Amino acid sequence: MLSRTADHLYWMARYIERAENMGRVLEVTYSMSLVPNAAESEAALWLPALEISGNVDEYEAEYGDINAANVIHYLAMDPNNPSSIYTALRNARENARAVRVAMTSETWENINALWIEFQQFNGQDLAKNGLREFCDWVKARSHLFRGVCFGTMLRDDAFSFVRLGTFIERADNTARLLDVKYHLLLPEQEEVGGAVDYYEWSAVLRSVSAFQAYQKIFSDTIVPWRVAELLVLRRDMPRSLHACLDEISPILDQLSGSRHTECRRLSGELHARLRYGKMQDIFQQGLHEFLSDFIDSNNILGAEIQRAFLSINPS
Amino acid sequence: MQKSLQSFFDEMQLDMTAPDENRVRHIYAAYQDWLKDISHHQLESKRQEAELLFRRVGITFNVYGEEDGSERLIPFDVIPRLISATEWSKLSAGAIQRVRALNMFLHDIYHGQEIIKAGIVPTSILANSQYRPEMFGVDVPNQIYAHIAGIDLVRTSESQFYVLEDNLRTPSGVSYMLEDRKMMMRLFPDLFRRYPIAPVDHYPQVLLKNLRAVAQIGVHDPVVVLLSPGAYNSAYFEHAFIAQQMGIELVEGQDLFVRNNAVYMRTTQGPQRVDVIYRRIDDDYIDPLVFNADSMLGVPGLLSVYRNGGVTLANAVGTGVADDKATYIYVPEMIKFYLGEEPLLENVPTYQLSKEDELQYTLEHLHELVVKEVQGSGGYGMLVGPAATKKEIEEFRLRILSKPSNYIAQPTLALSTCPTLVEAGIAPRHVDLRPFVLSGKTVTLVPGALCRVALKEGSLVVNSSQGGGTKDTWVLESDLLAPTDLTPKNVQKVAGHAVGETELNTQKQVKNAKAESVC
Repeated sequence: MLSRTADHLYWMARYIERAENMGRVLEVTYSMSLVPNAAESEAALWLPALEISGNVDEYEAEYGDINAANVIHYLAMDPNNPSSIYTALRNARENARAVRVAMTSETWENINALWIEFQQFNGQDLAKNGLREFCDWVKARSHLFRGVCFGTMLRDDAFSFVRLGTFIERADNTARLLDVKYHLLLPEQEEVGGAVDYYEWSAVLRSVSAFQAYQKIFSDTIVPWRVAELLVLRRDMPRSLHACLDEISPILDQLSGSRHTECRRLSGELHARLRYGKMQDIFQQGLHEFLSDFIDSNNILGAEIQRAFLSINPS
Repeated sequence: MQKSLQSFFDEMQLDMTAPDENRVRHIYAAYQDWLKDISHHQLESKRQEAELLFRRVGITFNVYGEEDGSERLIPFDVIPRLISATEWSKLSAGAIQRVRALNMFLHDIYHGQEIIKAGIVPTSILANSQYRPEMFGVDVPNQIYAHIAGIDLVRTSESQFYVLEDNLRTPSGVSYMLEDRKMMMRLFPDLFRRYPIAPVDHYPQVLLKNLRAVAQIGVHDPVVVLLSPGAYNSAYFEHAFIAQQMGIELVEGQDLFVRNNAVYMRTTQGPQRVDVIYRRIDDDYIDPLVFNADSMLGVPGLLSVYRNGGVTLANAVGTGVADDKATYIYVPEMIKFYLGEEPLLENVPTYQLSKEDELQYTLEHLHELVVKEVQGSGGYGMLVGPAATKKEIEEFRLRILSKPSNYIAQPTLALSTCPTLVEAGIAPRHVDLRPFVLSGKTVTLVPGALCRVALKEGSLVVNSSQGGGTKDTWVLESDLLAPTDLTPKNVQKVAGHAVGETELNTQKQVKNAKAESVC
């Protein structure tokens, strides 16, 4: 298939996934704000949401103080924020529009309808009301997107690039979420497994739809290192890093065919780390170090995918 | 003075004051019968449903010059335009004849130029900016230049059709012919039981077959692609739609490159050779090395590969010289010259402002003529005398005088009207018709057309960029099928009965007639 087409499909899926993850972060942070004394201040509560998006400086330059209304607007609706849900959905739709031929008409119409429906939230003050509905809507549309791709697309390279985009983005988001929360919730002096607010950790779990899974697997109180294990090493947990690499690696094997590609080697290496890694070792190395290393590797992997398939030069 | 709408020929001739048997043209009888039970509100809600669906599917276009690049829908009218089988056989034969002659003209003008030697077309045609000297002596497969041609037709009376212009460069609008039909079948399935409407959805298959047929000799399984300027082009939806229907890649200039006298596209598995390019980019932008050097849309080196026979372009480079409004006047002569036939379709009488006496006449009659820029398209740069203000006429006069040869003038045609749903109800609006003629191994056209309608009351400009809309065009497979046997007697009888029975009668007739058409 055309490299440009593959590129648009890959980014379309990444942007949808990005919107969903941002929706999850907003929703969970908002829930936390309803728990009495969840954080010492409004700013402390909303800062991590900004940190996950990686745009704290830009926010402060634009809005100044950190408060719920502004952060919600910035992360959900600000067209000038490259990580906002608004921007992600707009980019997803623009990418889809550029290659509507390469997808089934159901897939295209689904994304086009998503963008049309999105207009109803435009201009609404989400911080005052409707944030929960909005986040639910974002998640539902993302589920619908994956469903319509899965249910209607031919299992060819186009489908592979869509899946690739979804899981590269998801791995990045899960790693960021865990890193920021772990950092924030476990000050350095505090021992791993120490007394941390149950609500905080259950919020982390809920943000990746893993709360029930945790209960089911461990049927025990929520402790941070198990949360980390669930989101890093458990391959049966659909948003964990391991589960993402379980999807990415075979796709790159298949796309590369008999070619040697750096992205294939890199994903194999990352995959092996998660597959054979032990949580104990990861904690000894430092979870933060492990996660930032993972985020870097995942970025390089994205760049290598770009180089191998999406922007091919004639010579 | 502008004529009142009543004095125009109406496709349906809906006259609610006339006695039953005189109310409509016969092919519309069944439609009228159906329409009388439908309220304005019902039609309006169907129209809204269509708009919603079109928006959801993303059948939108971008308007040049609008800052926000917003996407608009071309208004869709729910009332169809009907063409009888008899009318269609005449129109299609005429359009095919015309395109055959135009292709022969293009071959001639880039080879022996016999038509110039014969004194039929003046030498000055070689100075036309749309004449591409780069194409001189270049042989194209099957000697086909205009693989896709849109012939714009207008009607002024029951029997009089005119060719308004030929579109031989990158004619657009066929997606509306196809999508409008899909929409009508969805909104009004019962009407499709009443009428034997010729299907049009095989258009992409015919086109693909033709495009494969014009690959260079020796290419076994040709790779065909559609070259589009990209998602921000006003016709992007159509490019995407047709490519999808044909199952071919939709490429942009950046996806293609030239190497060793061949064109390749960049794919995830490396370069792949391309044999036929259905291009929807104008000549000027197709190769920055030869034409517009600033073009980011084209493919550097494409023309050189093309000239050497390494790839086929559809339409060919240089077709603009044949659909230019200055060349238009010679088409009837071309038909006689190349085919030895009498033209089946007439041209609109045209004044060439490069000729002193015709210029004088035009300047004296600006208020009643339509003046067009020779190379203008899309309804830009034209003056509709009867509808223009004094000031507009005077401004246009100065433009003409600064370069008369840039313009032609035609009498303001009494374009036929067709009932159209507007805010106040159903009202007559002016329409035109663009069938698409496809040339490959043979010259054919699918029985259908883009019908454009000027939605503004009294307006004669149907272009979408000027607020025009579209209608589905129903070409009837047989006129016997239309309930023409609703003789006055029958009509009266039917009128006296319940609606259900009327429907039954009509369906039966259609069924019988369908059986006939199979034989």
